[in-house]
Amino acid sequence: MPKINMVQAINLALSQEMEKDDSVVVLGEDVGVDGGVFRVTDGLIDRFGPERVIDTPLAESGIAGFSIGMALYGLKPVCEMQFSGFSYFAMHQMESHAARLRWRSGGRFSVPMVLRAPYGGGVRALEHHSESREAYWAHTPGLKTVIPSSPRNARALLVSAIRDPDPVIFYEPKALYRAFREDVPDEEETLPIGKSQIVREGKDVTLISYGASMRPVLEAASELSARHGIEAEVIDLLTVSPMDDELFTGSARKTGRVVVVHEAPRSFGPGAEIVARLVEKSFLFLEAPVRRVTGFDIVIPLYQRETEYLPGPERILKAVRETLDF
Amino acid sequence: MPRKAINLTCKVEYLSILDETGKLDKKLDPSIPDDLLLRLYRAMLLARRFDERMLVLQRQGKIGTFAPIKGQEAQVGAAAVLEPGDWLVPSFREMPSELWRGKSMESVLFTYGGYNEGGYIPEGINNLPVSIPVGSQTLHAVGLGYAMKYRGDKSVAMVFFGDGATSEGDFHEAMNFAAVFRTPTVFMCQNNHWAISVPRSRQSHSKTLAQKALAYDMPGIQLDGNDVLAVYAGAKEAVDRARSGGGPTLIELVTYRMSMHTTADDPKKYRSEKEVEEWEKRDPIVRFEKYLRGRNLLTDAGVEEMDEDVRNEVREAEERWLEQIGKGVDPLDMFDHAYAEMPPSLRAQKEELERELSEKKR
Repeated sequence: MPKINMVQAINLALSQEMEKDDSVVVLGEDVGVDGGVFRVTDGLIDRFGPERVIDTPLAESGIAGFSIGMALYGLKPVCEMQFSGFSYFAMHQMESHAARLRWRSGGRFSVPMVLRAPYGGGVRALEHHSESREAYWAHTPGLKTVIPSSPRNARALLVSAIRDPDPVIFYEPKALYRAFREDVPDEEETLPIGKSQIVREGKDVTLISYGASMRPVLEAASELSARHGIEAEVIDLLTVSPMDDELFTGSARKTGRVVVVHEAPRSFGPGAEIVARLVEKSFLFLEAPVRRVTGFDIVIPLYQRETEYLPGPERILKAVRETLDF
Repeated sequence: MPRKAINLTCKVEYLSILDETGKLDKKLDPSIPDDLLLRLYRAMLLARRFDERMLVLQRQGKIGTFAPIKGQEAQVGAAAVLEPGDWLVPSFREMPSELWRGKSMESVLFTYGGYNEGGYIPEGINNLPVSIPVGSQTLHAVGLGYAMKYRGDKSVAMVFFGDGATSEGDFHEAMNFAAVFRTPTVFMCQNNHWAISVPRSRQSHSKTLAQKALAYDMPGIQLDGNDVLAVYAGAKEAVDRARSGGGPTLIELVTYRMSMHTTADDPKKYRSEKEVEEWEKRDPIVRFEKYLRGRNLLTDAGVEEMDEDVRNEVREAEERWLEQIGKGVDPLDMFDHAYAEMPPSLRAQKEELERELSEKKR
């Protein structure tokens, strides 16, 4: 199995699905000749031509609405928002139409599109290039919001997203694009959308996270084990919405102690939904208040201050210790 | 460096074939077969009678807020140009076109009566459901057009919107995408002069809305939107061009909203009676009827018979609708079609409501 990074893994998913199914088309700003600003779509235009790898005018609502029309005709468009911070232009199309056309038409029409967007901090970028607003999408009935955390699961989830009959928001943690390599099999691999995963088993505390925050979470879990003999169970949501609460509420019943980690601002963030479900389904098993280690309720600062904003291993460790000592 | 002029020619044609008295400009006659002329007349009359009936139903509280189409019936001339394999992308004032393309009157009553079923377009009819956010559906017609072209299908997507929609960003993005990708899209702007209370003159500083086509380097034309022959002829030109690979067209139908925006507003507050009276003289049905009588395609008895006939059709549709709603609806099916497959968290919510409802029954 070749070791590849997340950019290559996403590229692999796109090229293999395009190879298999001529209804799959890729579109967005600079995705063709340039191969995307992060090179995610590198080389696709040479293999599949400009009719299938479409450099569009610079208009995010246009890209989304145009994709909806294609999807209504039976294509499977995978559109790219260059940065999630510019995707709000597209939100109206996704909320008002992509998410509703199946419902509005009683199942006659569907919008099997994927909206990909790099999200999150950690790449020393300008304003509007570092935020984490998955909660906007997750709050929209009719959409699915998927966030991978490694090259291998990014590839498998994107294949599933492309094949999914409903619109999928695919947020890519850009801090992880080239952060590490992983064995990704060349043969087909999928992961179910709407299912979380236990990525590390443990009995003392449950850590729940997804996307870019999985790295500091796993780092904290290793340190807890190595230095303190504390075994954390780590759960990767993979799909933020519709949320799979079976694994994490089960884990909470086992450990009684939970810390939730994400980059998104705390208030009304995905962590709020996770805590609500823990209260609904595991309340009597909880030994300590559930802690949230998250971004703050402010705009993510420019990069000289973003380390302090982002939930790093130290903040996670502190929250775990306080939860265990409660 | 000198200042240099880039010469752009902007000439917006205005096409009218039947004047207000029903007199035909012979040179421009689109030579529509007699049976199609009569079908168009009947469709316009049916739309008018159905619209009137819905206003009564709304006032009686039997349906909710609805958007009348009175005065804009000549739009069927555009829908009549489409083939069954083409796509109609409507906004919310295209009832006459939707009916022409096979949507049922019951379906319209379902929507305004508050039933989701109104959007359930039967298989085989390529109409999208009504789109309410102004201008947003224009992009869908461009994506449809791109996909038609990609698949090598010689089809066309026709999208309707109003004068107010030309102020929306999505309209401009759609025009731009359509022109860049030369999609087989026909942009059908029904300039009815009023976006709720804001007049056309405050909507855009442009002399015409059709001239906005120039910025995207596509053909743009103004049609007398109350003259069904002009609407047919202009739409046919645009649809033929799109079908043969000639790309998109912007058409401005100059018409008038003779009634209110929706039953929730009172036009007396923002426009004069005199203006409405002026436009009543240009009523698309009256004009067309005069022409057809002049050609002896319609007689007094024929008009009376057809009117009786469409009134019956409206009554029968209403009766069918009443019978269907009389059976009641299952509130639990509100959860259906949110996703192709219901996620477990949503299933749990459906079960929650199911329990509540069964407890209430007990």
